[in-house]
Amino acid sequence: MIWLTWRQFRGSAAMTAAVLTVLAAVLALTGPDLASRYAAGIAGCTPNNTCDDFFDRFFDEHQIPFLALTLVVLILPALVGLFWGAPLITRELEAGTHLLVWNQSITRGRWLAVKLGLTGLAATAAAGLCGLAVTWWSSPLDKSAVPEMARMAPLVFGARGIAPMGYAAFAFVLGVTAGVLVRRTLPAMALTLAAFAAIQLAMPLLVRPHLMPPVTSTFELGRTNVDGIVPQGQEGGAMQVFLSTSAVPGHAGAWVLSSDLVDPSGRTIAGGDGASGPSSTIARSIPVSTTSGPCALSRAQGADACRAEINRLGYRQQATYQPLERFWPFQWIETGIYALLTLGLTWLCFWRVRRGLS
Amino acid sequence: MTSVLQAQALGKKYGRRWALRECTIDMPAGHVVGLVGPNGAGKSTLLKLAGGQLEPTAGGITVLGGRPGSTPAQLAKVGFVAQDTPVYAGLTVAEHLRLGERLNPRWDEGMARERIARLGLDPAHRAGKLSGGQRAQLALTLCLAKRPDLLILDEPAAALDPLARHEFLQHLMEAAAEHKLSVVLSSHLVSDLERVCDYLIVLVDSRVQIAGKTDHLLATHHRVTGPRRDPDRLPAGGHVVSARHTDGQSTYVVRTGAPIHDPAWTVSRLSLEDLVLAYMDKRDAERRRVALEVRG
Repeated sequence: MIWLTWRQFRGSAAMTAAVLTVLAAVLALTGPDLASRYAAGIAGCTPNNTCDDFFDRFFDEHQIPFLALTLVVLILPALVGLFWGAPLITRELEAGTHLLVWNQSITRGRWLAVKLGLTGLAATAAAGLCGLAVTWWSSPLDKSAVPEMARMAPLVFGARGIAPMGYAAFAFVLGVTAGVLVRRTLPAMALTLAAFAAIQLAMPLLVRPHLMPPVTSTFELGRTNVDGIVPQGQEGGAMQVFLSTSAVPGHAGAWVLSSDLVDPSGRTIAGGDGASGPSSTIARSIPVSTTSGPCALSRAQGADACRAEINRLGYRQQATYQPLERFWPFQWIETGIYALLTLGLTWLCFWRVRRGLS
Repeated sequence: MTSVLQAQALGKKYGRRWALRECTIDMPAGHVVGLVGPNGAGKSTLLKLAGGQLEPTAGGITVLGGRPGSTPAQLAKVGFVAQDTPVYAGLTVAEHLRLGERLNPRWDEGMARERIARLGLDPAHRAGKLSGGQRAQLALTLCLAKRPDLLILDEPAAALDPLARHEFLQHLMEAAAEHKLSVVLSSHLVSDLERVCDYLIVLVDSRVQIAGKTDHLLATHHRVTGPRRDPDRLPAGGHVVSARHTDGQSTYVVRTGAPIHDPAWTVSRLSLEDLVLAYMDKRDAERRRVALEVRG
């Protein structure tokens, strides 16, 4: 049975292996260079404390390959589900060859076990290798990425570490299950794509924030979490603060779930006048004298002094977040969840096939 | 008489539709059994259940004393050639033999090679490029070389041209005789069955209408024709299978063990096809339409 499964699978396996080998070669050739340039940049910026600028420049320069690779790792499991999973059984059903193979001296259960096991293992290994290679290559960029693209950010998290293995195993079995249920290749592929996309969206939006209880804390306003302070309107008497929704001070790379401005008594402050600030910020207006003091329009003391004044008045950022230290625990938990889903669907496949797919 | 296949109130449901229902059947060993019936009678479903390709919804079925498809040993004992004789289009003839060798403990490699050579099939040829007849022969070879005790064929020759069909059935008969196989063969072409079967089962609406050795069936069924009158004027002990009337004349198909001597009746022999049609014809006009399709 292993021979037959391999004989049927070897074409697409060889093609995938070739593509992944090319990708791995490119990563292996460019990775060390990227790492050394990062090390040199850090060595250069540390003495004069300009590392934030270096990070911005470094990430900006390599943004396109970074995003492209992340996308490849995110899409790979879907491709596995569509082109390996869905046709695995439907191809046999459409050609009628299941009736040929089911009459060899091998039970349907064993037939399915070998097919699922071998192809599923290959799918998981391919996605795992791809994911770990990209994780290794991207690690200097992950350290210098803007908060929205840090390792804990929803888009990037799924393309790092071991999670891609879980996704691939799940997508593969999802494809097989869809095939076993609808029995035709194209509808099975469509169903697989729709279901997988829905689950991949639901996971970061609904489930992942609660894998561990998030941390809620208040922070002083600083350069990390405030992206500009401007006077509100023409009449004065208030300043508009653009509060970051993706960063908290002292926890670089944290995944910020919610961020708001609270007044000295701890109440959240309502939105400003709708002025649009930089991306990933919210505008909040704070009543503060604009005629005298550090925030006075006439005095050119700059934003730092005004921010210090707002801090002195007791305004704080209140944020709920998942710190970067939880990256690996989250990876394990999420991979575990997908492994359980995979097992559940595998059981469903066996149950259907044992009954003769009628 | 031992049985190769026994079914008790066997039923199979697809969704809400019964494809086979309350089917009780007993097929004797050592015969080439022909299973005949109109489309939708449940022949294919019955054979798939016997091959273990499907699980029954109701009732029970025993093949060679075991539950079909339950164990590798049971699978090894039964050869099954599915309708349209599917093979892997992307695999070569030689790879099909390799598949058989790897998946069957009783595989007879010498026999498989010998058959392929005798059929003139090129081992390096892709199965997808074979003709319908060659494909059927390859599927049959795969089945025979696993050395089953029972061979089940579901409309194996339906898609073949007359010459290929003749050749296929010829090979089947030779193999069955050589290896002392029991064979169960379904077809809606009675002429095919007439050539190869020595036992016949007529299945209509999941019910066995008649079952028996072909020569016995032919000896006990007669067509009697005479002036129009009631069937109760027919000789006693007979069973009317079908009746047709024109203005002045009645034609009956009668089953009886005793000879008919009444000079009022003209008695003639039935062909197997007429016999089968008579049993399918027992039903109403709707059934008759189906039967005509079968004849055509």
